[in-house]
Amino acid sequence: MGGEISQIFFMRRKDNALRNLWCRLYPTHVEYRQSTRLKALRRKLTRMNLTPESWQAIQLTLELATLTTLVLLILTTPLAWWLSQTQSVWRAPIHALVTLPLVLPPSVLGFYMLVVMGPQGPLGQFTQAMGWGVLSFTFTGLLIGSILFSLPFAVKPLQHAFDAIGSRPMEVAATLRASPLDAFFSVALPLAKPGMVTAAILTFAHTVGEFGVVLMIGGNIPGKTRVVSTEIYGHVEAMEYAQAHVLAAGMLVFSFVVLLALALMNRRQRQVV
Amino acid sequence: MIHLQISIVRSAFELNVELQLPGQGITAIFGPSGSGKTSLLRAVAGLESNPLGRIQIGANIWQDTQQGICLPTWQRALGYVFQESSLLPHLSVAENLNFGLKRALKISNISQTEANKALEASIELLGIGSLLKRMPDELSGGERQRVAIARAIAMQPQLLLMDEPLASLDAARRQEIFPWLARLRDELKMPMLYVTHSAEEVTRLADHLVVLDRGQVKAQGPVNQVLTQVVNPVVVGEDAGALIAGHIGAVDALWHLSRVDFEGGSVWMRDAGLTVGKAVRIRILARDVSLATSEPQNTSIQNQLRASIQSITPDPHPSQVMVVLKCGAEEVLARVTKRAVNELALEVGMPVWAQVKSVALVA
Repeated sequence: MGGEISQIFFMRRKDNALRNLWCRLYPTHVEYRQSTRLKALRRKLTRMNLTPESWQAIQLTLELATLTTLVLLILTTPLAWWLSQTQSVWRAPIHALVTLPLVLPPSVLGFYMLVVMGPQGPLGQFTQAMGWGVLSFTFTGLLIGSILFSLPFAVKPLQHAFDAIGSRPMEVAATLRASPLDAFFSVALPLAKPGMVTAAILTFAHTVGEFGVVLMIGGNIPGKTRVVSTEIYGHVEAMEYAQAHVLAAGMLVFSFVVLLALALMNRRQRQVV
Repeated sequence: MIHLQISIVRSAFELNVELQLPGQGITAIFGPSGSGKTSLLRAVAGLESNPLGRIQIGANIWQDTQQGICLPTWQRALGYVFQESSLLPHLSVAENLNFGLKRALKISNISQTEANKALEASIELLGIGSLLKRMPDELSGGERQRVAIARAIAMQPQLLLMDEPLASLDAARRQEIFPWLARLRDELKMPMLYVTHSAEEVTRLADHLVVLDRGQVKAQGPVNQVLTQVVNPVVVGEDAGALIAGHIGAVDALWHLSRVDFEGGSVWMRDAGLTVGKAVRIRILARDVSLATSEPQNTSIQNQLRASIQSITPDPHPSQVMVVLKCGAEEVLARVTKRAVNELALEVGMPVWAQVKSVALVA
């Protein structure tokens, strides 16, 4: 089902890099893509008041959430490990800093990011000097904002997972001739796998659900920075309640399913232990 | 030869130990909880920082602060068996066994075939061949400890460290593992440091004994010597006694008895089904030994040993004394009343007959 849905989205935008990746990974799906069953499904969904703009917003949301999740998992794994192991005096301030997006209003974060990324800001100056232009109101800018905004949702579960392992398995690995780096990859990471899955799901869901930061940094440009949450906002502004309903209901169902899946997963793990 | 110099200072605890230990057999580190046994073992492994210490195993120096040497744990050729299950939970038994072996191969110059042989030998030695495909959470506590021990010895470490490997097991599981540990001691050349607070484990397994108390070495030496020591006794009260190594000299099938011969005499005990020639350890408790100045006649006690009195020491209770007897090369303890000593006019150097009421087979 996941495959079918992604193909529907990719049919919207032919020059999509993700679609190319998808086709390379699943060559058999390329022919299947055009199957009548899918076309019928797409027609059915179109009848449900999903305008091309809405499709674009959905696609962009998924892209943003996927990229944010990937980047965050790679960046936060060492960070979470450090936080769970270190005795350094920097632990508390770094911990607070990482948690900050959880309590700050998105507008505060968005505002500072606009300032930093803007033409006069330090990051803006840097990106302009590198010839990349200004990042605010671009997809890349939006991605950076999402990464910062979802940071605690990736770090926290990972850190808890590493904490839960305790020092014993790492000591065991050391007595079995594993260097610290070796032990991290062969023992700590596999044991933290449930935490990584939780972190990925929460980050993805949280990115899909963000609104304030997106609005401030992205500016709600169709096809570039307009995601589902801001699309709903646009529909409501324009009194298009029918379209807003479809997207809002979709978000509701999506979020519920994600949280339900997490709860079921956690229950199963507890049973194993 | 193993040389350990360890000093750990913490707020409420200080461990200061300097030891020369034999390069083979089981050295038991014995003491009450909080005496520093586990800290000592962890320092040897490099899991606990030991800033001023020196650790030398045979020709290998693991730590020497003066020379600025301190190998991290993973570069020390040791095997470590933790108190509770320490199998890596995400790996099967076979993968657990291979985890250390694979890495030990890379570091040392053992060949692959040699390593496979060591692995097979350790699987056979601990009897875990049927468990290889299982995950750790599908094993009983005893099985897990056997796998942990096999995993440690498969790497052919220069030193095997065991931290109360039986403490987390119930009595039945403990009995199940004892024979395997005794087999390790008898069949492997590698020296072992065995931390325990159980007198039973010391008497059954140890060759050499180090007694720790509040971070200091209270006594150390060959196990029988340390156990029969009456000044600062290690085992006090009803359990005080001698530990004697011998072998089965004869079996009396009619009366279900077997004779244990040792340097200095022999004693009869219940036949435990052991064959003649089998090496055994027996324990004779001080309360089970009485003394006579002439050869006892018409007594139900079957075991009489010729001995001479080596020392007479007051016991904690004012009515009792502890008499150390020299019986050939071995020492036997007897707890008798002061009045008896007075009436029989017992003195150091006097020849006596020790009557042994009961002999326990420990291993």
